[in-house]
Amino acid sequence: MAAQTGDHAMNRDRLLNWAPPAIVFAAMLGLWEFVVRYRAIPPYILPAPSLIATTLVKDWDTLSASMLVTLSITFEALSAAVFGGVVLALAFAQWRWVERSFFPFAVVMQVTPIVAIAPLLLVYLDPGTAVLVCAFVVAFFPILSNTALGLASTDHNLVDLFDLYRASRFQQLIFLRLPAALPYFLGGLRIAGGLALIGAIVAEIAAGSAGQGSGLAYRIVEAGFRLNIPRMFAALTLISITGILIFAFFSGISWLLLARWHDSARERG
Amino acid sequence: MSAGAPLVRLTGVGKSFTTGVTALKDLYLDVRTGEFLSLLGPSGCGKSTALRIIAGLTAPTQGQIDWGQTERPGVGFVFQDPTLMPWADVWRNVYLPLRLRGVARAAAQKPIAEALGMVGLTGFEKAYPRELSGGMKMRVSIARALVSRPGLLLMDEPFAALDEITRLKLNNDLLRLKSELKTTVIFVTHSVYESAFMSTRIAVFSGRPGRVAETIDISEPAARDEEFRLSAAYGDYCRRASAALHGGSNGRSRHEP
Repeated sequence: MAAQTGDHAMNRDRLLNWAPPAIVFAAMLGLWEFVVRYRAIPPYILPAPSLIATTLVKDWDTLSASMLVTLSITFEALSAAVFGGVVLALAFAQWRWVERSFFPFAVVMQVTPIVAIAPLLLVYLDPGTAVLVCAFVVAFFPILSNTALGLASTDHNLVDLFDLYRASRFQQLIFLRLPAALPYFLGGLRIAGGLALIGAIVAEIAAGSAGQGSGLAYRIVEAGFRLNIPRMFAALTLISITGILIFAFFSGISWLLLARWHDSARERG
Repeated sequence: MSAGAPLVRLTGVGKSFTTGVTALKDLYLDVRTGEFLSLLGPSGCGKSTALRIIAGLTAPTQGQIDWGQTERPGVGFVFQDPTLMPWADVWRNVYLPLRLRGVARAAAQKPIAEALGMVGLTGFEKAYPRELSGGMKMRVSIARALVSRPGLLLMDEPFAALDEITRLKLNNDLLRLKSELKTTVIFVTHSVYESAFMSTRIAVFSGRPGRVAETIDISEPAARDEEFRLSAAYGDYCRRASAALHGGSNGRSRHEP
């Protein structure tokens, strides 16, 4: 009986958590729909949400194929960034001169806007590779800097303890530094996931004029040329959804790995 | 292995840091096998540095350390913070010293169960540090130090951050463990009462740069209980240690035999 009231209270709390954002979101869409219809705004200026939705359904075959292309570029670039970033961060942690010599390059790569680099890369590389490299370049830095920070900020008393038990450097790395760096790495991964998508989109748009690629960004460029504004919005919606899915995916991984022990995943009662 | 031989002898040991700070100067100290030695002193007097030198975590800049045996025995170290790995549960935290030594999980089961039993944490194997209270975390830390059955247990103000009630309880438990395991303990503290209650001998440190100002033998049976805290002898020892601590030149004029 008591448990049942508890369940009801919990359901009510959950409802109160979810209801306001859902209602606000629906209201915004409703307002948009209303304004477009009431003011009779033509679809080539601003399509109504209902039209975007129907376009999404109608063009699903083309758009979903493009979404898969964008997703696979994002994840390929991200995998490369994870591998490169973690390996370099490990080298930073082992040898200080590596950090001092290579970190400036990483910073330069990070602070130079990718939009400015993309055209250059398109000159040197074939468009497919250039898109991949762009996405890699933006995703690389957060992984590198976060992992390096995590490896460096291991509890010094624990390091002493490992020294006391005469742990080898390899043991210290496996049993101490890597687990200690995990929360930092996962934080970097979440940022890098979103950035890799942005990098892929930017490069695709830059490459789009070269007539290559079939990712979501290319669909936007193409629809723009044809003044097919509803389709631009539909592709844009899919890009947002892709970004949200990537973020949710890495947040989920982060939660799974950290929930038991790390404060960032603690549930506040 | 004669009973009177020192386990370790520090001769004229000094430690200066590159920052220019001299933490220790002219430290002469014998640690006897089987004793419970407290290093008592104000904060910043170098007693923790002395402990780290004995542990081999840092090298002295002057003087030398001689081990009575051929080399340093197995050492357990307990820090002021529990210093547990937050990503590992209690069992895996206690397993650490054995794991680093290459002991397989199966072979580690028994010593870990015993170590957890000694500190009263049987049944908490699967708990994570964040789920434990401060006192329980410190117990895990002690179990980890004891699991490898060290010949020498070094403790750096282990109970300083705990509340009074928990600290008194852990004082009693530590004395019981000490008498069961017959290990040598070096215990750094800034509490006169704690050192007088626990030790067989107190080395009182002077302020910076640190050296031993006076050593006080506590000639009471090693097994002590709450009665001892109320005894007149305990009060005397506290007074002596306190006088030595605040003494400097004045403290020398004690009327003690």
